Amino acid sequence: MKASDKIIEFKNIQKGFGDKVVLDDISFYVNKGEFLTLLGPSGCGKTTLLRLLAGFGNTDSGEILINGENITNVPPHERPVNTVFQRYALFPHLDVYENIAFGLKLQKVPTDEIDKKVRRVLKMVSMTDYEDRDVESLSGGQQQRVAIARAIVNQPKVLLLDEPLAALDLKMRKDMQIELKEMHRKLGITFIYVTHDQEEALTLSDTIVVMNEGKIQQIGTPTDIYNEPQNAFVADFIGESNILNGKMLKDKVVEFVGHEFECVDEGFGENVDVDVVVRPEDIYIMNRTEGAQFTARVKSCTFKGVHYEMFVDTDKGYELMIQDYNAFEPGSEVGLLIRPADIQVMKKERVINRFEGEIVDETHVKFLEEVFECKPQDKFEVGEKVNVEVRFSRVELIDHPEEGILSGEVHFLLYKGDHYHLTIRTDYGDKLWVDTNDIWDKGDLVGINIAPKDIKISKRDE
Amino acid sequence: MKKFFAQCYIWLLLIVLYAPIVFIAVFSFTESKVLGNWTGFSTKLYENLFTGNMQGTGSLMTAIQNTVIIALIAACVSTILGTVAAIGIHNMRGKAKQAISLLNNIPMLNPDIITGVSLFLLFVFLHISQGYVTVVLAHITFCTPYVVLSVLPRLTQMNPNIYEAALDLGATPFVALRKVLLPMLKPGMISGFILAFTMSLDDFAVTFFTRGTIGLDTLSTYIYTDARKGGLTPELRPMITIMFVGILILLITINLRKIRNSKTDRE
Repeated sequence: MKASDKIIEFKNIQKGFGDKVVLDDISFYVNKGEFLTLLGPSGCGKTTLLRLLAGFGNTDSGEILINGENITNVPPHERPVNTVFQRYALFPHLDVYENIAFGLKLQKVPTDEIDKKVRRVLKMVSMTDYEDRDVESLSGGQQQRVAIARAIVNQPKVLLLDEPLAALDLKMRKDMQIELKEMHRKLGITFIYVTHDQEEALTLSDTIVVMNEGKIQQIGTPTDIYNEPQNAFVADFIGESNILNGKMLKDKVVEFVGHEFECVDEGFGENVDVDVVVRPEDIYIMNRTEGAQFTARVKSCTFKGVHYEMFVDTDKGYELMIQDYNAFEPGSEVGLLIRPADIQVMKKERVINRFEGEIVDETHVKFLEEVFECKPQDKFEVGEKVNVEVRFSRVELIDHPEEGILSGEVHFLLYKGDHYHLTIRTDYGDKLWVDTNDIWDKGDLVGINIAPKDIKISKRDE
Repeated sequence: MKKFFAQCYIWLLLIVLYAPIVFIAVFSFTESKVLGNWTGFSTKLYENLFTGNMQGTGSLMTAIQNTVIIALIAACVSTILGTVAAIGIHNMRGKAKQAISLLNNIPMLNPDIITGVSLFLLFVFLHISQGYVTVVLAHITFCTPYVVLSVLPRLTQMNPNIYEAALDLGATPFVALRKVLLPMLKPGMISGFILAFTMSLDDFAVTFFTRGTIGLDTLSTYIYTDARKGGLTPELRPMITIMFVGILILLITINLRKIRNSKTDRE
């Protein structure tokens, strides 16, 4: 990619509100004419990033470049971008025409030219004949059209859209998606779109930036993101997926759900723990068991319109979700097959909980801001800084937060076929990860205990 | 039966509330010098009031003039100050916002007499000779919080993106303020202005303590002095009646407008 093709560039953007980090070292660029979507759950920082680009709010550090020019400290009214806000933000005291002409009038464009331009964009958003209407008398969809018209009439280099369709009903949203895509093609300008709706992102975008907790998780085309998610978060957030623990035995051979599979991934090393993602529509299901890689028993089967969604228990006790055009009776024995190219292998983000701790006395160590009992040891001195490791499956969660040494909240959960992998955020804001067979919900308050024998202490390598 | 008592209660309340004013209005149509003596129907007092054929007409007219001018200046200045303050308070965060809101509310709860006396002491302490200027300053002081209170809710209800949208479309912060923010705050500013105007109009205690000794009179201090000098001048009765009717009409129009506006809002 030539340097001149970059229209926007974010360089190491850091932003926090109070002591909460909202954007953590965000760096990426946007190509001219691209439809780029910032996708992530609410609170992931996507809207904040868009607002920084529009000029509302300051970065703590880092630079924003438009056409190679540093605009980090340029006020919003001098930036070559226009925004379509989530709740339209039309001026209620002006009619449709005056709303759209607002920007042009400020630029001192001659009246007859304003008239021409306003009529042209009104036609573009199919709102001809609405010029004199009071904006408050319009429906949500119509208001959003006016908001889009008000932004594009100024012919910005970049159009920013902050969840513009979130307040519309499903049917209207689908129609507007098609219109937006069409508008992008006609205008040929760069669109930056913020949404939490993965389907919308996949439909509209040339490029998707998946964000979570202030960090970029993956950047890629919709097909890349869907077919080759780089981590468990992306796999779980985009579409339906089976996410499983696996082991890369050697190049092109991976083991999961208790079987060995041929895959296309290389370079992980031998006997390395990995995460494996298999999309539910990529598992072939058949009535006979000969020729199958492994077998399973159908647990449930639900009709979903185009396809059936089935949950099966595999011969080695894993639960998988499968989507197929054919229905299979619950209780029946089926054969399953997964093609090498449909197995997506991901490096594990972590294999064990690792904390920084401090020795309190011979049998106690302090980490996660609390003192835990550990096995008696004499290798480390009181006050010495150490590393503490706890295996995911060795963290005990209990119903009553006050009965744990530490308490926290279930922050994120992932079903891995035969167990749940939970992210727990402690009351002090630290995170730890837990493998459990018990069923918890997001937001559950839990007590956290760790048995002394499960706390491994090692010397901290500086 | 229950309904009957409820009705009775309402009427009793209205009678107690409005009896004094009705009393004055009725006795404005008789010539008697002493309030309470009915000497037959007459519009003589009204004639006197309008032809100026009464004792002390000159000073009454000056007092009315003073009252209106002071109220207008105070209402204008406090509307500007109050709106700016409200925008400032709205953009504050957390504890500071709460603290300032509280500080804004205290002067409204403070008894007038305390405001009056403390302003009097302040002016004396600063060696500011008291008169017109001090009265206007005092009125601005106690009117501003009311404007803040009527503008602030408009700001809270407003979609914060609207102001940003103006900036985004190329308006400088000042232009955005003038073309978008102020038009949207206008209803709040108007009700703040009316509130300030009426507060200033009927103030007695603060004016009394800050007007100094140069003989400046507003309507309320004039009536007070007049009543102390051997009884109320009879012509004040029709004047009070006219003022009451005027305010009644104003209130009815404001309420009708409100009803009409809320109807169009719902459509």
